[in-house]
Amino acid sequence: MADLETFREQTRAWLEANCPPEMRTPMRSEDDACWGGRHFKFQSEAQEQWLRVMGEKGWTVPDWPAAYGGGGLSPAETKILKEEMKAIGARNPLSSFGISMLGPALLKYGTEEQKKRFLPEIARGEIRWCQGYSEPGAGSDLAGLQTKAEDMGDHYLVNGQKVWTSYADKADWIFCLVRTSTESKHGGISFLLFDMESEGVSTKPILLISGYSPFCETFFDNVRVPKDQLVGEVNRGWNVAKYLLGHEREMISGMGLGSGTSKTLAQSLGEIDDAILAAEVALFDVDALAFAAMSEHFIDQLKAGEAHPAMPSMMKYAGTELNKKRHELIMAAGGSDALEWESERSRGGKAPREWLRTKANSIEGGTSEVQLGIVAKHILQLPGA
Amino acid sequence: MTLLTDDQRQLADMTRSFLAEEGTIKKQLRHWRDIGCKDGFGHGLWKQMAELGLTGLAIPEEDGGLGLGATEAALVMEEVGRNLTPSPFLTTALVAVEALKGTEQGKRWFPGIIAGETVAAFAVDEGPHHRPRQIALEARRSGNGFALSGTKQFVVHGASADVILVAARTAGSAGEAEGLTLFAVPRDAAGLEIENVTLADSSKAARLTLSNVAVDADAVVGEVDHGFEPLRRAMRVGRTGAAAEMVGLASGASTMTLDYLKQRKQFGKLIGEFQVLQHRAAHLFGEIEIARAATWKAAELVDKGDDRAGLMTHVAKAKAGRVSALAVQEAVQMHGGIGMTDEHDIGLYMKREKVLDALFGDSNYHARMVRMLAA
Ligand SMILES: Cc1cc2nc3c(=O)[nH]c(=O)nc-3n(C[C@H](O)[C@H](O)[C@H](O)COP(=O)(O)OP(=O)(O)OC[C@H]3O[C@@H](n4cnc5c(N)ncnc54)[C@H](O)[C@@H]3O)c2cc1C
Ligand SMILES: Cc1cc2nc3c(=O)[nH]c(=O)nc-3n(C[C@H](O)[C@H](O)[C@H](O)COP(=O)(O)OP(=O)(O)OC[C@H]3O[C@@H](n4cnc5c(N)ncnc54)[C@H](O)[C@@H]3O)c2cc1C
Repeated sequence: MADLETFREQTRAWLEANCPPEMRTPMRSEDDACWGGRHFKFQSEAQEQWLRVMGEKGWTVPDWPAAYGGGGLSPAETKILKEEMKAIGARNPLSSFGISMLGPALLKYGTEEQKKRFLPEIARGEIRWCQGYSEPGAGSDLAGLQTKAEDMGDHYLVNGQKVWTSYADKADWIFCLVRTSTESKHGGISFLLFDMESEGVSTKPILLISGYSPFCETFFDNVRVPKDQLVGEVNRGWNVAKYLLGHEREMISGMGLGSGTSKTLAQSLGEIDDAILAAEVALFDVDALAFAAMSEHFIDQLKAGEAHPAMPSMMKYAGTELNKKRHELIMAAGGSDALEWESERSRGGKAPREWLRTKANSIEGGTSEVQLGIVAKHILQLPGA
Repeated sequence: MTLLTDDQRQLADMTRSFLAEEGTIKKQLRHWRDIGCKDGFGHGLWKQMAELGLTGLAIPEEDGGLGLGATEAALVMEEVGRNLTPSPFLTTALVAVEALKGTEQGKRWFPGIIAGETVAAFAVDEGPHHRPRQIALEARRSGNGFALSGTKQFVVHGASADVILVAARTAGSAGEAEGLTLFAVPRDAAGLEIENVTLADSSKAARLTLSNVAVDADAVVGEVDHGFEPLRRAMRVGRTGAAAEMVGLASGASTMTLDYLKQRKQFGKLIGEFQVLQHRAAHLFGEIEIARAATWKAAELVDKGDDRAGLMTHVAKAKAGRVSALAVQEAVQMHGGIGMTDEHDIGLYMKREKVLDALFGDSNYHARMVRMLAA
C-alpha cells in the first residue's frame, strides 16, 4: 500500500512536469485526437511532445510488458495512472486501434518475433492500424467473409474487398481477416497483417452521416503478404479475431461513460425548464452513474482474469445504448441551438455531429442485436442461440 | 478495487448455502403466509441467523458484534432477496443498529439483537410516499422527557418489534431537516396503538398511532433536534440493503425464468430459442449486473465514509428499483399463464419487489435526489 502511495505521488509529480497545459483541456471534437502513424500531422507541438514523453515511458500502454514498449505497471498502478491523468484532465496521448485491439491479440497470439517487431511501434504511435474485418456480404455474419489469401509458397496472395474500414485511407498497416480455406466457415479464416502501401491495396473513402471520420471501401488486388505476417495458425484466425473483438467491444463500451465520467448529464445541461425532460435526465443520470460503477467493476474483473469472455458484449451493448441516449437528451435540451451544423458558436456543429456519430456505436464492433445474441448464448446458455 | 475480498466471498457463500437450505420460499415465506403468522417471519430462523453471527454483523466488535460494514450487509441481503426470505434482518440488524451505534440505547438493545431475540423497527414515513423531511409527528417536552403524538405508517415489523425507533419533530416545521429527533419507544409504551397491516407481499408493516406517548429523556437516540444525521445514516444503510435485496430478488427471478425458458416447449421449440425472448433476457442480465455494481459501489463508499456515498446510495436504490421491476415483469410474462398462478413462486417475486421499491424511497424519489445532488 505504501508503495502505491509513493507511486501515486511520483506519478502526479511526473505528470505535472511533463503534461503540456494544452493537453489538459477537453478535446473539442474527434479531430483533436492524436492518432500517430507515419503520415500523421500533429496539430500542435504540445500534442507531439505529449505523445513522445508518454511513449518513451511506455505509458501509452501502461500495463504492457516493458520489453514490448509498455510501462510494465501492475493493474493497481495502471489504475492510479489513469486516476491521476483524469485528475488533471490530461488527454489520452494516443488513440490507436493498435493499442486497443491489435496489441492485446498480438500479446496473446503473436510470435516472439512479431511482438518485438510490432508492439513497441504501436506503443510509441509510429504505425497507425486499421481493421479489415467487414465485407459487403459479411457484416454481422462476419465469418461469411470471402476475401481470399492463397498460399504461394513463400507468401500469401490476397484478393477481395473490405468495407466500412475506418481510416483505411489514413492507416499504415491493416489487420485483416482472410479466407485460406473454404472447407469450413469458421475454420478457414486466417489473420494477416500487412502494409497498406503494399502493391495492389487501394481505398475509397465513404462519408458518414455526421460528416466525421470517413471510412472506406478497401480493395485488394493480388497483394503479396510475407508469411511471417500471419498471426496465430493458418485457418485458426477466428480465435484471434474473436479475442480482438472482445477488446474492441471493451473499448467501445467505454463510450457509455460519455465525455466526463464524474460529471452527470444534469450538471452539464444546467437549468432545464421542461419537466418531462428533467425527469428523463434524472433517470439517465441514475443509469449513467450505475454504469460507471459497472465499468469500474468490469475493468477490475478483467485485470484479475475473472471476467466471463462474453462480458465485453454486455458492456458494449449497455454502454453504447446509454451513449446514444445521452446524445438524444443533449439534443432535446439544446433545442434549435443543437441543430446548428455550421456556425461559430456551435463549434462547427459539435452537438448534431456527435449525436449522429453515436448512432454508429451500436453498429460498429458488432451490432447491439449481435451482442445480445452472444450474451444469450454464452452467458445465459439459452438453447439454439 | 471493486472485487470482493476472500472473507467477503466466504461470507457470501456461507449465507448463500444457509439460506438456500433454511430460508427457502417453501420453508419460510409460504409457510408463514399460509398459517397466517402474525409476524410474517419465523423466530426460529432469526435465532439461526444469530448463531451464524449474522444478526450482529453490523454491531461494533466492542459491543459484541462482528463489526462488519455495508458491503458485507449487501452480500447477505442479496441472498435474502434471492430466496424472498422474510426476516427482521434489514430493519433490525442493519437500519436500527446503524441508528443505535454509539448510543446508550444501543448498549441496551444490542445484546438482544445479537442473540436473535430482539426485533427492532424503524418508523419514518407518515404518508404513502417516503418524505423524511416532511415528518410531522410531534414530540413535546414534558416533565423530564417527551410526549409523542402523531401517526406513522409502513413500519416494517412494527407489530413484532420490541422497540420502535420513531423519528419525530421536536422543533421546526414539516419540510425542514433540522428539528428532528429519534426516539427509542418500547412496544408496550402507554398510548401507542399498533395496527398490524399485511402488505401485498404478505409481509407485515404496522400503522402506528401515538397519543401522548410518554418517554424519558434517555429514550432519545443521539441528540435532540439533530436526529436527521442518525436518520440519514440509518437510511443510507437501509437503502443500500434494500437495493441489494432487490438485486438478489431480480437475480433469483431471472434465474427461475431462464430455467423455464430452457424447459418449456411451444410451437415445437423450447421457448428459449425465440430470439425476442433471448434478447430481452440478455438485456435484463446486463441490467442486473449493473444494478449490483452500483449497489456494491454505494456500499463501498458508505464503508469508506466517502463524500459520494449519499449520491451513490440514491443511484443504487433507484437503479435496483427499476431493474428489479423489469426483472419481475419479464419473469411473470415469460412464464405465461403459469406465472399468474399463486401456486407458482414467480408471482411472489413480483409482489415483494413492489414493496421493496417503496421502502425508504422508491426509484422516482431516488432519481429526483440524484438530480438534485447532481445539478
Ligand atoms: C462507424 C463505423 C465504423 C466501422 N469500422 C469498421 C472497421 O474499421 N473495420 C471493419 O471491419 N468494420 C467496421 N465497421 C463495420 C461494422 O463492424 C459492421 O457495420 C457491423 O458488424 C454490422 O454489419 P453490417 O453493417 O453488415 O450490418 P448487417 O449485419 O447487415 O445488419 C443489419 C441489421 O440486421 C441485424 N442483424 C444481423 N444479424 C442478426 C442476427 N443474427 N440477429 C438479429 N439481428 C441481426 C443487425 O443487428 C442490424 O440491425 C464499422 C461500422 C461503423 C458504423
Ligand atoms: C388470468 C388468465 C385467464 C385465462 N383464461 C383462459 C380461458 O378462459 N380460456 C382459455 O382457454 N385460456 C385462458 N387463459 C390461458 C391463456 O390463453 C394462455 O395463458 C396464453 O395463451 C399463453 O399460453 P401459456 O400460458 O401456455 O404460455 P406459453 O405459450 O408457454 O408462453 C410462455 C412465454 O413464451 C412466449 N412465447 C411463446 N411462444 C412464442 C413465440 N413463438 N415467439 C415468442 N415468444 C413466445 C410467450 O409470449 C410467453 O412469454 C388464461 C390465462 C390467464 C393468465
